[in-house]
Amino acid sequence: MNKKPTVGIFKFTGCAGCQLELLHLEDVFLDLLKIIDITYWVMVKRENIEGPWDISFIEGGISTPQEIEEIKQIRKKSKIMVAFGDCAIAGCIPSIRNWIPQMESENKVYTDTSVIHSTKVMGIGEYVKVDAVLKGCPPHRDTFLEFIKASLLQIRPRLRQHPVCVECKYRDNECLITSKKIPCMGPVTSAGCGALCPSLGRECEGCFGPMSNPNAAALADIFKEIGLHQEDIERKFRKYAGMTIEFRKEAGQ
Amino acid sequence: MTEKTITYKNSKQDTKTIEVNYIARVEGRGALNISVTKDGKVQDLRFRIYEPPRFFEAFLVGRRYTEMMELTSRICGICPVAHQITALRAVENAIGLEPSEQTTDLRKLLALSAHIQSHVLSMYFLSLPDLLGYESFIAMAKDHLDVVKRALRLKKLGNDITDIVGGRAVHPVTAVVGRFTAIPSKNKFQAIRKELVNAKKDALDTVELFSNVEIPQFVRKCEHIAISDPKSYAINNGRFRSNEGLIIHESEYRDYISEKQAPYSTALHSHVKTRDSFMVGPLPRVNLNFEQLSADAKEAAKQSGVKFPNFNPFVSHLARAIEVLHSIDESIDIIDRLPLKEEGNHEIVCRAGFGAAITEAPRGSLYHSYQLDNNGIVRKADLVPPTAHNANNIEKDMHDLIGIISDATIEEIKFKCEMLVRAYDPCISCSTH
Repeated sequence: MNKKPTVGIFKFTGCAGCQLELLHLEDVFLDLLKIIDITYWVMVKRENIEGPWDISFIEGGISTPQEIEEIKQIRKKSKIMVAFGDCAIAGCIPSIRNWIPQMESENKVYTDTSVIHSTKVMGIGEYVKVDAVLKGCPPHRDTFLEFIKASLLQIRPRLRQHPVCVECKYRDNECLITSKKIPCMGPVTSAGCGALCPSLGRECEGCFGPMSNPNAAALADIFKEIGLHQEDIERKFRKYAGMTIEFRKEAGQ
Repeated sequence: MTEKTITYKNSKQDTKTIEVNYIARVEGRGALNISVTKDGKVQDLRFRIYEPPRFFEAFLVGRRYTEMMELTSRICGICPVAHQITALRAVENAIGLEPSEQTTDLRKLLALSAHIQSHVLSMYFLSLPDLLGYESFIAMAKDHLDVVKRALRLKKLGNDITDIVGGRAVHPVTAVVGRFTAIPSKNKFQAIRKELVNAKKDALDTVELFSNVEIPQFVRKCEHIAISDPKSYAINNGRFRSNEGLIIHESEYRDYISEKQAPYSTALHSHVKTRDSFMVGPLPRVNLNFEQLSADAKEAAKQSGVKFPNFNPFVSHLARAIEVLHSIDESIDIIDRLPLKEEGNHEIVCRAGFGAAITEAPRGSLYHSYQLDNNGIVRKADLVPPTAHNANNIEKDMHDLIGIISDATIEEIKFKCEMLVRAYDPCISCSTH
């Protein structure tokens, strides 16, 4: 490729943690700038160019009419649009509020709700076509690099369709469900973290969202056998990806 | 995603209108709308935070107390550690649980690592380009590669420690109610210790850089608040104290601090009841807790030639540099005294109750409180992040700042106002939450 691809990095309803993961690429950040041209990144740059972009990375879900308009505009100017992290994929943690009537949420925080224009939090795919997703809350910085490399080489990035359980096997972790009756979300959660939590003495909470074709119903049954109440099972699924088709039923919708 | 625009209205009074539609180099989405009359009077001034609210205080209700650390972490990707520790301490206060000394020390180490990371990000990447005349640190790297490399090294140091102690840099996982789920090995701690010792030169060079770099000369005396502890530089625990006589326990916060909604901002504005807005952050901390800084940090502060207590908000950059140096020193002390024992998982008995906690996030005092029922379900949550504390004070500083530079061009006024916002290093997602 002769010309460096132009890249835009955008923030919608989220915490900036995904963008931070990019800045945490300290060892290779200066090298990265040699192969991509970041033309829009308001958190980092004062002079930004309004597209077009070869690749746009979208952090955050969509939760206001203004954001719906903005994401559509960015889509028009982007060749490839990437949902960067769980919020952009399906709303992530902020989507827990989708189960609460909107006015109830607003009244808890604001005295004058007439100036608040929030809607349910959705992934960007609800409004625009998404070409790729980078899973995780946050996605690992190396996944971003892997995606950039694959784009430059025009090859398919390494897709992980398997669950966290496979990564536990790689690391020789004892299964928390079968050996300790701990309700672990690993069996339905997408790999990519390297089985971070089970390797550090705690269960997977599902922060990489659903794997391909998970059997959420079966895991919910196992949780029930372990002794979890229905409400706690719903809390587990209604966390990082309650709005996804894969988890929606177990999340209580 | 609209770029900054400047408009100049030639109305009868020749009002200067300053608009920044999306303030660059801060976390989150904020704007500025200012109009100044010909004779230099500020007619209207709004630090307009339009970040979409996420209603954490609404959806935390009905969740388990054990999840508060994990859920509130997602308020902020830059200061997740501060939210985690504040949530844990508030929940522990509610159920009457006192964590071990080792857990308290590890939490402090985690918090200090987050301060290093966040401060370096703010000083070098978000604000230094203003002070050296570049649009971003990316542009700055062409002429100041050594400075950018130093910044990357220091930031990585902070991240590496969060990574090792917490499991990962953004939204760490090991700090839970009452304990850590995993304790890193002695070898890993010794490796961190070595990195910390090696980083001291970079930290000293940082203090020197921010002592010498030119900042606007602007002073506005206002109430400065931070938590304080006579025994150590307070980050995770202390009394909420100000330079104007406030000194309260964290559980009394709501008796003294209140919030109101500004119609143009999704972040609420805080003030001390019966008084005014106030400032939190690295500058109030250094002002109020100077004596508790490490010996080298104190010495470097004295060498800087800048006098503390100081009420120029632009001195916040230097205060960050001093805190980075202090954080390195204190982290080494903590590592040297850690026993590193596996502590096991104690049975936690939950009970109904109210718990509040205040900690010092990198950007300033952070308040969480929770009301729990007998089953450990959250019934009420109340969160006030540092930038909600500061939002109104930023406006008041800006008002006075414009007063002394009103003869300048619109472009200059705009730039100085943006610089002021960046000196506070607002975390706008946090403020809205």
